[in-house]
Amino acid sequence: MAKVKLDDSKIQKIKDICAAHGNKAGEAINILHEVQNTFGYLPAEVQELIAEQIHVSAAHIYGIVTFYSFFTMIPKGEHPISVCLGTACYVRGSEKILDEFKRQLGIGIGETTPDGKFSINCLRCVGACGLAPVALVGDKVYGRITTDQVKDIIAEYQN
Amino acid sequence: MTKFKTHILVCGGTGCTASLSDKIAKNLKDNLADKGLENEVQVILTGCFGFCEKGPIVKIMPDNTFYTEVKPEDAKEIIEEHIVKGRKVTRLLYTDPETKEHIADSKHMGFYKKQLRIALRNCGFIDPENIEEYIANDGYEALAKCLTEYTPEQVIDIIKKSGLRGRGGAGFPTGIKWEIASKNHADQKYIVCNADEGDPGAFMDRSILEGDPNSIIEAMAIGGYAIGATKGLVYIRAEYPLAIHRLEVAIKQAREYGLLGKNIFGSTFDFDIELRYGAGAFVCGEETALIHSMEGKRGEPTFKPPFPAQSGYLEKPTNVNNVETFANIPIIILKGADWFSSIGTEKSKGTKVFALAGQINNVGLIEIPMGTTLREIIYEIGGGIKNGRKFKAVQTGGPSGGCLTEKHLDVAIDYDSLMAAGSMMGSGGMVVMDETSCMVSIAKFYLDFTVEESCGKCTPCRIGNKRLYEILDKITQGKGTMEDLDNLRNLSKVIKDTALCGLGQTSPNPVLSTIDNFWDEYVEHVQEHKCRAGVCKALMKYVIDPNVCVGCTACARNCPVNAIKGERKSAHEINQDACIKCGTCIEKCKFGAISIK
Repeated sequence: MAKVKLDDSKIQKIKDICAAHGNKAGEAINILHEVQNTFGYLPAEVQELIAEQIHVSAAHIYGIVTFYSFFTMIPKGEHPISVCLGTACYVRGSEKILDEFKRQLGIGIGETTPDGKFSINCLRCVGACGLAPVALVGDKVYGRITTDQVKDIIAEYQN
Repeated sequence: MTKFKTHILVCGGTGCTASLSDKIAKNLKDNLADKGLENEVQVILTGCFGFCEKGPIVKIMPDNTFYTEVKPEDAKEIIEEHIVKGRKVTRLLYTDPETKEHIADSKHMGFYKKQLRIALRNCGFIDPENIEEYIANDGYEALAKCLTEYTPEQVIDIIKKSGLRGRGGAGFPTGIKWEIASKNHADQKYIVCNADEGDPGAFMDRSILEGDPNSIIEAMAIGGYAIGATKGLVYIRAEYPLAIHRLEVAIKQAREYGLLGKNIFGSTFDFDIELRYGAGAFVCGEETALIHSMEGKRGEPTFKPPFPAQSGYLEKPTNVNNVETFANIPIIILKGADWFSSIGTEKSKGTKVFALAGQINNVGLIEIPMGTTLREIIYEIGGGIKNGRKFKAVQTGGPSGGCLTEKHLDVAIDYDSLMAAGSMMGSGGMVVMDETSCMVSIAKFYLDFTVEESCGKCTPCRIGNKRLYEILDKITQGKGTMEDLDNLRNLSKVIKDTALCGLGQTSPNPVLSTIDNFWDEYVEHVQEHKCRAGVCKALMKYVIDPNVCVGCTACARNCPVNAIKGERKSAHEINQDACIKCGTCIEKCKFGAISIK
C-alpha cells in the first residue's frame, strides 16, 4: 500500500482528537470513529500515530480496525454506494441490484472507481425493510430499486 | 404552552424518512402558516408507526385519521381539505385489500387489529425529541414510584413476578438477572443497554430508540436503582445515526429536568448515562463481546463464568439488557406484575415486537401478545403473501434461528415453542419467503453472514462454519453428493456443541432447520441438479423457444456478454458457455420466447 504522508495540520488534528478522549486506550474505538469521520478512512500511518498517542501497540489498533466492519483502510469514493444485503432485501432480490452496480461501474465490493467518484459496499439492514431492496448513495436512501433504475441512480451523481 | 386543537403526526422513522417524510412535515407546516393556522395545529415528527409498507404515514389527531403513502405534494390538500374544511382526503386512506373499502381509523385495519402495543406504546404517538410529551404520558412516573415507594428488592421482586424474559433472544428471566447483579457487591456497578441490533432484517430496537428514547433512559435508571448501579451505558450501532441523535437529545433533556444526575426525585440515588458506539460486529450482541468492545478492544467473547454480573465492564459487576426488555420495565412498574403476567403464554409473558419483512404484503413493525400464531401474523397482520404467491417458509431468529414451514403455522409463538420447532425467538426478525426462495441458498446466505461475522477466536466457529458454507456452495453449484448432506448434519452438531459463544452455538441452526424441513429440496439439488425456485444459477439454463422467437434481436442487443446469436427474423440461440444467467433477455423479450429450464 502506498505510503500516506501526513501533513502537520492533520497530525495535530489527530493528536487533538486523542487528547479530547484523554489519550486513553479504553477510548480507542471512539477515537477511531472520530478520526475516520474527519479523514474518511484510516491508513496505516494514522493508526500508528493514534497508537503512539494512547500508548498501545500499532498492532492493537490494527486489530481493532480490521475487526469492525465500520472501519476502513481504503478511501471511499466521493459517493459511496451501499447495497443492503439484509435478509429482507436479499429475498426481494438485492443481490441482483448489487451485481448491476458492480457491472455498471466495473468495480467489486470494497473497491473505488479509478476517478474516485464511486465505491461499492454491502451493508446489513438499514431498517428500511418496507422499502426493500434498498441501496444508499451517501446518506440518501433509494428504495424498491429495480435493476433498470441502477443506471439512472449512478447518472444522478455523474456530474 | 400553546394549546393546539389538532395534531398532525408524521412518521419520522428511518423507512418513512427515506420516503421524504421530513419534507412532508415541512410542507404541512408551510401550508398551515399560509392559512394562519400555525398556532392551532401542530405538526410532530414521531417515531415509527409500524406500517412501513404503506409509508410515509400521516395521522391526524384527535379524529384518528390515518393517511398512507403520503407524498410531499399531498400536504396542501390535507391542510385545505381535512384541516380547513373537515373533509377526509379519501384517496390517501388505506384501502382494505378484500372489501376494497377505505378505512380511516388504524384500529380497524387488519394490520393493527391483532396487535397489542406495550413496548411500542409511545412510538408514533409522541414527539421523541420532547421530554415533556413523554412525561405527559406517565413518563418517569415509574422511576418516581421506585425511588420513593419501593426498595431495590421490591423492584426486583415486581420484575421477577411479571415473568419478563430477555427480549434480545435467549429469553433469560430479567428479574433473576437483576437479582444476581444486585447481590454482587462492588464500589461501582454498571447497567448496560444492548442496542447493537445486528440481525439482518431486524429493526425493532432502532424503532424504539427512535420513537421513545426516554422509556429506555427511565428503565435504565430503574434497573440501576434495583441492582445498585449509578452508571448506565448504551452500546449502540454507529450505523443508527437517527437513533443516536434522539437518544442524545433525550439524555440532555433528562439531565436538565433532574431525571438524570444527582439525588433524583430528592432521593439519595444518583444515576447518569453515557453512549458507547459499536462499529459493525454482529458478535458484539453477545454480552461478553459487547463489554470488551465498550472497553475499546476487539469485540471477542470470553468464556462464562465469570458472568458479567460478577465481573463485567472494567471488571465490575455489570448487567446487560436489550432495548426492548428495557422498554417493558416502566409500564410493568406502573401497571403491576399481575397485569403483565396476565398477557401471553404460561412461560412467556407479555408481548414481542417483530420486524415483519420479506415476501409479505404488509411489511412493518408489529407487536403481538405471546401466544399469537404464525398464521395470524402472516395472514391477518401481514396480509398474506405478496403477489398472491404460495407461502413457503418463515425465518425467525436471524442467523441463529431457523426456517419454519406450513406445518408450524399454528404454533402459538413463545420462547419455548419456537425452540421446540427448531428455530428461536431471537431478537425478533421475521422474514417471510414464498416459492421463489431456494432454501439451500437461504442457508448459504446465513452461513455467509456467520463466516463474515465470526470473530475467529474459537475453532468450531471460525473453521467449522467456513466448511459448512463451502459444502452449501458446492450443493448450489450442482456438485454436491449425498455424503455432503450427512456431513452438513454432523458438522452442524459438532459446532453447536463446541463453539465458545452464542453466535457459534446457534450458527448451524439455519442449516439444520432447512435440512429438516426441506430435505427434498436438498436432495433435488444433489441428485437431479435442479433448483425448483430457479435461484441457483449453475443449475439453470436459459433457452429460447425457436417456435416462438420472431428474431427481433432485442435479446441479443441487450445481452451484456454477447451470448446470444442469430440472424434477424430467424430464431436466436443462447451460447450456454458464455451465458452469465443475468436474466436480461427474459426481461427484454416481448414474445415470451425465453424460459428457464
